[in-house]
Amino acid sequence: MSELSSPPHPPGVEDALALGLTRAEYELVCEKQGRAPNQVELAMYSLMWSEHCAYKHSKKLLRTLPTEGEHVVMGPGENAGAVDVGDGMVCAFKVESHNHPSAVEPFQGAATGVGGILRDIFAIGARPIAVLDSLRFGEPASTNTGERARYLLDGAVSGIGHYGNSIGVPTVGGEVYFEAPYEQSCLVNAMALGLARRDRLVRSAAAGLGNVVILFGASTGRDGIGGASVLASAELGGEGEDAQEKRPTVQVGDPFEEKKLLECSLELLERELLVSLQDLGAAGLTSSASEMASKGVVGIDIDVAAVPLREQGMEPFEVMVSESQERMLCVVEPANVDAVMALCAKWEVNGAVIGTVTDTQRMRILRDGQLVGDMPVRALVDDCPLYELEPQKPQQPLYTAPTATLSAGTGPAETLLALVSSPNLASRRPLFEQYDAIVQSRTVRRPEQADAAVLALPGTVGGARGALAVSIDCNGRRVAADPYWGTVGAVLECASNLACVGAEPLGTTNNLNFGNPEKAHIAWQLSESVRGLGDACRALRAPIVGGNVSLYNEGAAGPIYPTPVIGMVGRLPDASRAGSLGFARSGDEIALVGPFAPSLAGSELAKLHGEALPDGLPEVDLAKAGVALEGVRDAVRRGSLSSAHDVAEGGLAVALAECCLAGSVGARIELDDAFWEEIAPVASGGRSLSPQAALMAALFGEGPGGFVLSGASAAIRELGARTRVLRLGTVGGEELVIATTGANAGPSSGPSIVTTLLQLDEAHAALRRLFP
Amino acid sequence: MKFGILQFPGSCDEVDALDAARRVGDAELIWHAERDLKGCDAIVVPGGFSYGDYLRAGAIARFSRVMESVIAFASEGGLVLGICNGFQVLCEARLLPGALLPNANLRFTFRQVDLEVLQADTSFTCACALGERLSIPAKHSWGRYYADERTLSDMDAAGQIVLAYAAGENFNGSLRDIAGVRNEAGNVFGLMPHPEHAVSELLGGSTGGLKIFQSMRMAVEGVHA
Repeated sequence: MSELSSPPHPPGVEDALALGLTRAEYELVCEKQGRAPNQVELAMYSLMWSEHCAYKHSKKLLRTLPTEGEHVVMGPGENAGAVDVGDGMVCAFKVESHNHPSAVEPFQGAATGVGGILRDIFAIGARPIAVLDSLRFGEPASTNTGERARYLLDGAVSGIGHYGNSIGVPTVGGEVYFEAPYEQSCLVNAMALGLARRDRLVRSAAAGLGNVVILFGASTGRDGIGGASVLASAELGGEGEDAQEKRPTVQVGDPFEEKKLLECSLELLERELLVSLQDLGAAGLTSSASEMASKGVVGIDIDVAAVPLREQGMEPFEVMVSESQERMLCVVEPANVDAVMALCAKWEVNGAVIGTVTDTQRMRILRDGQLVGDMPVRALVDDCPLYELEPQKPQQPLYTAPTATLSAGTGPAETLLALVSSPNLASRRPLFEQYDAIVQSRTVRRPEQADAAVLALPGTVGGARGALAVSIDCNGRRVAADPYWGTVGAVLECASNLACVGAEPLGTTNNLNFGNPEKAHIAWQLSESVRGLGDACRALRAPIVGGNVSLYNEGAAGPIYPTPVIGMVGRLPDASRAGSLGFARSGDEIALVGPFAPSLAGSELAKLHGEALPDGLPEVDLAKAGVALEGVRDAVRRGSLSSAHDVAEGGLAVALAECCLAGSVGARIELDDAFWEEIAPVASGGRSLSPQAALMAALFGEGPGGFVLSGASAAIRELGARTRVLRLGTVGGEELVIATTGANAGPSSGPSIVTTLLQLDEAHAALRRLFP
Repeated sequence: MKFGILQFPGSCDEVDALDAARRVGDAELIWHAERDLKGCDAIVVPGGFSYGDYLRAGAIARFSRVMESVIAFASEGGLVLGICNGFQVLCEARLLPGALLPNANLRFTFRQVDLEVLQADTSFTCACALGERLSIPAKHSWGRYYADERTLSDMDAAGQIVLAYAAGENFNGSLRDIAGVRNEAGNVFGLMPHPEHAVSELLGGSTGGLKIFQSMRMAVEGVHA
């Protein structure tokens, strides 16, 4: 082995600062190296010690999360988590963010976000079977900033569709919210699921002294250099020149290349030719090679001259940090190298032997045999300092009140139409129609057919074909109002969605999108949110099997709403009994089921009224909510209900309207004395409200724990043994009518709301007008 | 009766087509670099993005090794079904008239659509009734069927326009609401919607697409006169 060659101008502390390291971190690097790092080493340390790779502000919090459960097969730390789904199969899944790249270039940012999360799934040997997305933008109808929000959304949706559609993985669900705090910092999170035989899962730990390291897939170029440190670990400085300057750090996706890479990887694993496999994501070769070495407690030598390049004259540090897409790294026994190369040739992907596994526990970078970088693996991967957060609840409100779009005195009927047509509640059809939701022939429930996507599993157990259910959700406004209870609510929302199709949770993934954690109030949001996440996942037995953290989502106008996006995967035993959200049969009884306690605090209606966020949300009894969930799930599984839908944004009235729209049938609702006895005290929050104000709170108040069910009345009444059941009315007709009867009917008798299905449908199609 | 389903590196719906074909007969995949059609009685060119389709959908696939054999197979009267990207490939290969242009809305669009059977005496629709409606999903960016007026009139007169989008369902802007056409000889057929995704009540609630595969089996086995 040659001596380390020293370049003419060794970098110093100023270069380290420019790459995002602190002065103290640079000194620690010097200490670990026993000397000042050269250019290659400094570039590699700056990436591995970035927030994106090292989780230096979040790792201590993440360690408090529940990660074990009876179904967990692979927990956090691998490329994706995995849960047992029976019949010898596992489901691998994970959510990841591509926020900063998407703010700079939404189409490629979102497309490569999908590409990246898919690689995480097939890196552990699972065939990707579904994608979901979670998006946040500024107000699309705002006169000043709406155009940019629409541009970003349009680009992101096209990019997700372009990648997912082209590679043949269905996009089966997702969510999008529009709120002013996301104007400067949009969020683009993508989740993917995969299926694998349990005995075929592969890990990423490098092993076997003398084994060969092969890079396969696309060639390596200068695209995306420094993405992890420059883009993902600092605040973006707005949309003007800065975004222009950063555009070259966004990678460009090629779904056809990834399709070949995916099939090639799975065939390599099927033929048992690989010792281990790892995808190249943020920080490229640097991160994937050193993570593989770290997990295997070995060393790796890499010769950058052997890496197939798409550009001339790339420096060793550029090869090591390039974030060119569609590449994988594997460890292979020398005897299998020819077979691996032959398969690469079949799928027409580049394959190149670029290194070997050593026993040095050092990452050594060579160029044509000349040593150009030499670092202890442990220092690179594990020795980045972890920081204590210094959380402090803010004394002043962090967010300005939203602009009012509906006057406070508006009556119930007009309010319902305003809510149904508001950007956060209007039909997502113009967006999800751009995604192929059915390729691979597993999709049992498509978007807007049920609260969760449902995917049939292969094979049958006991004569029935099982299915996976998956949901992704987070209402950032509610988390901003109360990071703890808002996060609990997001977890409950996912579990409720699963219950409505008859699924029990198997595991959870999450993407924590927050502002700058070095600020005390963001640290407070983050730590309270993670506490809520842990408590809710423990209570619902939905352990965390993986996730991602995206910090520094803030600009000059302030931080985003704290947005811990929750993705939850569950299983139902019989796909043919998967629940649907739409009312289905005239004459069915409709009921409100569960410990629903409506409150206008932090609600969609409060937003339309321009009210500032409240300081805190009502507490939730997790145990009671859990019992209601189980009751709904069991009823759906028995096939005894016609429809099931959870009450979420817009409250009870909007949930009823959604059930009517999805089933193309009306409903007649009578809120009787029994309803008011239960709902009025909680809706008024203990204060004395006018009958009109109490009605508005009951109709449009929000909170977890409520379900609108329809079916035969005996089946619904049966649920009363487990949770609260309030009879609401009957399915039928062409109108949604909501009337109050009994003592609460008030002086002006007659229904509060009468809308035709046509009126509802027109209101619900509001996004079509914004995105023609 | 054996179906052969072509597999290009960028095919997406080939396994779906394989499973659909297996509901009515035997079926196997045929790799794009092969010339041997393995004695199949009918060939399906499936949906997807054959070689990435960055140039123009189907433009490269028509030159593939396997397509040389398919073109020869078709010229001898063999049944060839092109679905979505497969339809585009067959048009590029001149096995079918016309071309597929970008959708009128310029976006990839996925929608369950109703199709009307305009010709029920073909090898691909003989299991359907004339005027029958089939509910089949469509999903594509380049699905706007185009041919010049004279060609369209000739095709119409010769009964080559086999499937049309029902009223209000033509989202891509196809001329004359055309969803599926056959060649003059009647042994090559292409359509943009995906019959292989309408074969199971569990997955989407419609089985209209199965009739296309059943028709082909009937034609091969001589049930259809």
